[in-house]
Amino acid sequence: MNDALRYALFGKLAAQSLPFVRAWERPNLSEVIAAFAAALVLIAAAALFVLITARGKWRYLWEEWFTSLDPKRIAIMYVIVALVMLCRALIEGVLMRAQQAVAVNSAGFLSPDHFAQLFSTHGSIMVFFMAMPFIAGLLNYVVPLQIGARDVAFPLLNAVSFWLTAGAAALMMGSLVIGRFSTGGWSGYPPYTELAFSPGVGPDYWIWAVTLGSIGSTLTGLNFIVTIFKMRAPGMHMMRMPLFCWTALCTAILMIFAMPALTVATALLALDRYLGYHFFTNDLGGNMMNYANLFWLFGHPEVYILILPAFGVYSEVVSTFSSKALYGYASLAVATSAIAVLSFTVWVHHFFTMGQSSNINGAFGIATMAIGIPTGVKIYDWIWTMFRGEVRFTVPMLYSLAFMVTFVFGGFSGIILAMPPLDFQVHNTVFLVAHFHNMLIPGVLYGLLAGYHYWFPKAFGFCLNERWGRIAFGCWVAGFYVTFMPLYVLGLSGMVRRAQEVFDPAFRPWLSVSLCGALILLFALCSLGVQLWVSVRERAQNRVFVGDPWDGRSLEWSVSAPPPAYVFAVIPEVHDRDAFYESKRRHDARRRPARFEDIELPRNSAVGVTIGLSAAAAAFGLVWHIWWLASVGVLLVWAAVIARSFARNVHRVVPAAEVARTEERWLAAAAASPPITRPLETTSLNRGLAERSS
Amino acid sequence: MSTGEVRHVGLNLGATDAIAHRKAERAVFGFWVFLMSDAVLFALLFATYGSMLGATAGGPTAAAEFKLGSALFETLILLASSFTFGMASIAMKYRKAGESLAPLLVWLGVTLALGMTFLGMELHDFVGMFQAGAYPSRSGFLSAFFALVPLHGLHVFGGSLWVLVMMVQLASLGADAQVKINILKLGLFWHFLDIVWIAIFSVVYLQGLIR
Repeated sequence: MNDALRYALFGKLAAQSLPFVRAWERPNLSEVIAAFAAALVLIAAAALFVLITARGKWRYLWEEWFTSLDPKRIAIMYVIVALVMLCRALIEGVLMRAQQAVAVNSAGFLSPDHFAQLFSTHGSIMVFFMAMPFIAGLLNYVVPLQIGARDVAFPLLNAVSFWLTAGAAALMMGSLVIGRFSTGGWSGYPPYTELAFSPGVGPDYWIWAVTLGSIGSTLTGLNFIVTIFKMRAPGMHMMRMPLFCWTALCTAILMIFAMPALTVATALLALDRYLGYHFFTNDLGGNMMNYANLFWLFGHPEVYILILPAFGVYSEVVSTFSSKALYGYASLAVATSAIAVLSFTVWVHHFFTMGQSSNINGAFGIATMAIGIPTGVKIYDWIWTMFRGEVRFTVPMLYSLAFMVTFVFGGFSGIILAMPPLDFQVHNTVFLVAHFHNMLIPGVLYGLLAGYHYWFPKAFGFCLNERWGRIAFGCWVAGFYVTFMPLYVLGLSGMVRRAQEVFDPAFRPWLSVSLCGALILLFALCSLGVQLWVSVRERAQNRVFVGDPWDGRSLEWSVSAPPPAYVFAVIPEVHDRDAFYESKRRHDARRRPARFEDIELPRNSAVGVTIGLSAAAAAFGLVWHIWWLASVGVLLVWAAVIARSFARNVHRVVPAAEVARTEERWLAAAAASPPITRPLETTSLNRGLAERSS
Repeated sequence: MSTGEVRHVGLNLGATDAIAHRKAERAVFGFWVFLMSDAVLFALLFATYGSMLGATAGGPTAAAEFKLGSALFETLILLASSFTFGMASIAMKYRKAGESLAPLLVWLGVTLALGMTFLGMELHDFVGMFQAGAYPSRSGFLSAFFALVPLHGLHVFGGSLWVLVMMVQLASLGADAQVKINILKLGLFWHFLDIVWIAIFSVVYLQGLIR
């Protein structure tokens, strides 16, 4: 085959794109690890394929999941994607800790290039493909239920968002098997990521994966703004919404305003790399600081896109497991909104060392510290919510408590970094790495895990194993402290971040401790897996079908677990802030409606999955310069959009008789279940019927 | 609920089509949110353009390359297309059930023709600039120009395609609620592009020729 034809068909793909070939040609430990990782992806994918085929589940998956427009189903798929990506990114983190621990005055076992790929994928995945999908999953499951809606505003758009994210995640996994990923970090700073310095496909993988993900997130934001503003149940005023919905609204607004900055940054970088533009190059008028500004105009609000929903989870959890109304509800809503606004005023603190005047740095430093005020308000509100409450130390509550303490520490180190003169001292050291892990692990991961434990019974109808949950919790917390506290010390001692090799023997003990912490975190992840396994095995004893295992306060607890596709047989009327809790006190909960009606739900559609996979294929074509594939992918995306606009028969009807049957079965179960007291709620006596509090 | 009630910021259909009027609320609000996001995109490209005005790297400058006459003519064409789209919207709003779709189709057709004319002229301008050595890889300034202005052109192209799809749907499906709502959204999109172009004309072309 001649070269021109080969390029037309396969672009830049070559045998050396496969890590197996590279490991065969140069069998060193670094390449072998890369080949092993690629093999793991392939084997896992093949095993999954064989398992599904052997059990004949493809049709079920296609009809019930892949084409589903039910936000509850989409939510579960989001969380599955997030958990898979969490496994990969956490293992990468452990590898990096191991490399640094052994690479004191020695080359270690990872080549510099491989190490750089690891920190780039670790960061990109944790932010874009672990935290973002997890949050989108929680939003999808919880927000419609909490505001008393059956669906989101645009169900199909919701599926498109999910499949774009899933396609982008698949592209990330693909980069492990075909080619090499970017070595430019999760922020992809040019000019290093320009063609002149990174001629390979790595930055292109990063650009297109992140771009697809950010478009998906923009559409998610759009969907939830409209859902929350336009679809609240009658009586659900803004100031009666559960606090999670407030945080979801602020996050959605941030997505709409912040994600475009990322899209612009990556698109302009792509123009530089593909069409020879000069936005961020060193020559012909390019200016890389424009990139830093664009990226962090997105990047800082992104921190709050991630953290605000976690704050929402904590607000729900602390209130429920203290059996008290949220203290300072209005102040929490205002603080959330204030944080959302302030998040756009601080982006320069990511590059105080750019060379701008000290007045500019001063202004941004003060704005940064100002964010500590509304955040502090929140911490006090949660503490006062617990005060004299009937506090139960369940797993979600434990995460919330660990968060409050740990997050405050992270906030303190943030205040240090907010002072430009101090920031200059620790800029680009592992002090910064310690700081943002100190914010994001308690501020995001613990929140996501708390939400996972808190709403899992709602989504699947049985509780997660409490004992393994506590073991995992202990490891997540201990692992965090042991891993990242040494990095504060190392950072203050001047250890630069992203170092593949370390030259100061004094760092060795701290790095070894940090590695031990990383192993504890790995064990924490395994514990979560064991917990899921044990919980599924013992699900029959732990069913909470009645749907209210924790004496919940908001509307999601007022329906069965798992809820029917239509969620509410009758759209609830809301009279109070803690709508369900108050209705329980009025003896008004789980009432048989006077009559059942037909309910209209969106019909399944293959458009979402078509768009997501076509976009991923187009992205893959762009990465490898396979222009026919890129063109076909883009055309398929728009063909699907246009074809869908002709579709008219897009709803299905759940007949009143079926609704009545489903509801009667649930009401009968509720009547037959023993009411559970708070001290017994984590035992298997819990059937999801909370004893009425006085 | 009264059909005359204003349900969204946009052309309300209460008087002639109560069903579409009610259904439009979410869709139109959602589209406004999308436009906000799109506006941020353009705002950032304007900011980037502003910061790269001086980055000509010894290459062609704005004053040398921009043709005021051509840009003005394109502006007038795009403004005219906004007017004709407005006429299409009015034709849709006041059309009673069973009346002919012809006025609506004609106005949409004129809008489409104007949109295509605009695109043709813009493309012609770009070709001229390329021939004069003003291409994006020449300098940071031209990179910024060729990101901002063609992105607007790409939007106009997408909008034109959308007009075409709506005309096909009007002909094949008739003016059902969904088609009407989509035309409402398309109208917002078309007028939005007009506003962005006014900004491009003032910030890029006029400012470029003053300097």
